[in-house]
Amino acid sequence: MATTVFKRPASLSTNVTHYCPGCTHGVIHRLVAEALDELGLRERAVGIAPVGCSVLAYNYFTIDFQEAAHGRAPAMATGLKRTRPELIVFTYQGDGDLASIGTAEIIHAANRGEKITVIFVNNAIYGMTGGQLAPTTMPRQVTTTTPRGRDVAEQGHPLRVADMLATLRTPSYIVRTAVHTPAMIVEAKRCIRRAFEYQAQGRCFSLVEVLSTCPTNWGISPAESTAWLQNNMVPYFQIKEFKSPEAEG
Amino acid sequence: MGERLLMKGNEAIGEAAILAGCRAYFCYPITPQTEVAEYLAKRMPEVDGVFLQGESEVAVGYMLFGAAAGGRKVFTTSSSPGVSLMAEAMSYLAAGELPVVIGNVMRNGPGLGGILPCQADYFQATKGGGHGDYHFLVLAPSSVQEAVDMMILAFDLAEKYRNPVMLLADGMIGQMMEPVEIPDFPEVRSANIAGHEDWATTGACGRKQHLVKTLYLKPEESFAHNLKLKAKYDRMEAEEVRFEESDTEGQLDALVVSFGTMARICQTAIESLRARGLKVGMLRPQTLYPFPGQRIRELAGQARMVFSVELNMGQMVEDVERAVQGRAPVHFYGKTGGLVPIPEEVAAAILAKVEG
Repeated sequence: MATTVFKRPASLSTNVTHYCPGCTHGVIHRLVAEALDELGLRERAVGIAPVGCSVLAYNYFTIDFQEAAHGRAPAMATGLKRTRPELIVFTYQGDGDLASIGTAEIIHAANRGEKITVIFVNNAIYGMTGGQLAPTTMPRQVTTTTPRGRDVAEQGHPLRVADMLATLRTPSYIVRTAVHTPAMIVEAKRCIRRAFEYQAQGRCFSLVEVLSTCPTNWGISPAESTAWLQNNMVPYFQIKEFKSPEAEG
Repeated sequence: MGERLLMKGNEAIGEAAILAGCRAYFCYPITPQTEVAEYLAKRMPEVDGVFLQGESEVAVGYMLFGAAAGGRKVFTTSSSPGVSLMAEAMSYLAAGELPVVIGNVMRNGPGLGGILPCQADYFQATKGGGHGDYHFLVLAPSSVQEAVDMMILAFDLAEKYRNPVMLLADGMIGQMMEPVEIPDFPEVRSANIAGHEDWATTGACGRKQHLVKTLYLKPEESFAHNLKLKAKYDRMEAEEVRFEESDTEGQLDALVVSFGTMARICQTAIESLRARGLKVGMLRPQTLYPFPGQRIRELAGQARMVFSVELNMGQMVEDVERAVQGRAPVHFYGKTGGLVPIPEEVAAAILAKVEG
């Protein structure tokens, strides 16, 4: 008798994504969908899409969605979750959206301990606008607005969001993970699932930072991109759990 | 008959929202509207409502978005510089067809300006403020009582049109204490937006995805969305124009158009002019958008001249001129910077033109 071992999660739609070859947004979408399905949260989940490559994320899910202005997703999630606490509310944001124009919103949502889940996709560049400097761009990384590479004397050092949010006193689940290897994909899934569990239990704010690739704007192949992520991003953006409500006691 | 109380305008605005069924208020402190926040910080928990002080007016605008897109009645109040910070969200709220209420207790500008009463946000309120083609429906109270009545109306109109509504008050209305009759509704109004079941993001349980968005990448779709919004604005223009008229019968030496606090001062000025035998009438727009242009045009036909009297450097006068269409000369009188003219100054300005 045939047994189904792999299928499309109910939370994921049948639409073909617009993402570039080698981009990991599709993988992360699937991990979010799997987590919602497995935890039985699909029917009360609401996603908030960002501005950036994943602005159209709602096309790839079957759950309710709101579309935010640049960086404001945590404020919208706050408004929704506070007035409908029974919903499972998550934002899905890139590094330009969350770590540049939306820094105030993410810090204060975390500090208030909003019972929301933030999926933070960090690929060290602005994707949708065509490869400009992001707060997370690596030193000497070439972008269209740093044609000679990021000069830390001019543009500062890459912003480590998970590390920064972990310094807040408010209990939360803050973790950095990645999806550039099969093992890391499994690990990222575990983190995303755990973040949604905390929300379902009404426990705490959670942020899962996912190191991601952007072959198109990095100007290298998908295979080279996973190596570049490992060699350049991982040493600086440490993959680890920074904070959890259990550790807080 | 409802209860009659002596209330400060800002507190009355907060209580009126609760009467309208609203159970969610997001805010950021700014003078001269902060008493709304202070009042609701105490009052909202008493009615199991949500009160939250956000990190900025920028964020507050989107907290409204999130709550309204979830189908809840929601509102905020601010004052001029704070409303500028919300202007980004205002565009998104209008584009997303979200029926929120925003109160602007105006202070003098531009920039930080000052904290005194002013009407210099007329352009911002009626012409947009944020980017793109959109309108808020704008209500302008001239007393604390009217602020209460208009807050309740604001929630009804927001719901009717699925469009944001602005209560455009000024520091005088917010800070003044006046007797108000709080309406006595037979039942508690719903905290939900009527009809939200068809579009709000409440979880796709047994139905298809609901999506509240403002991005339309295909030009035809974006144009169609703009036409849909325009149809709503046209309907507002046809159905929601509100104004109050006094002493407008027969031929007039002058017609005065004025709103809010300034209109009350004009009323006193007009009484003194009529006591001198001058025929001066007044039209007070209660909705600034849609603007009562048609009625002003009719009245201009029976007036020697028209005055727009405002607490600014001349903003509504542009709409008055557009309405009058050359049927009579249009003059402006106004003061700003937080200075509020006394009735004698207004009367003298009108007299100078009428007798000039």
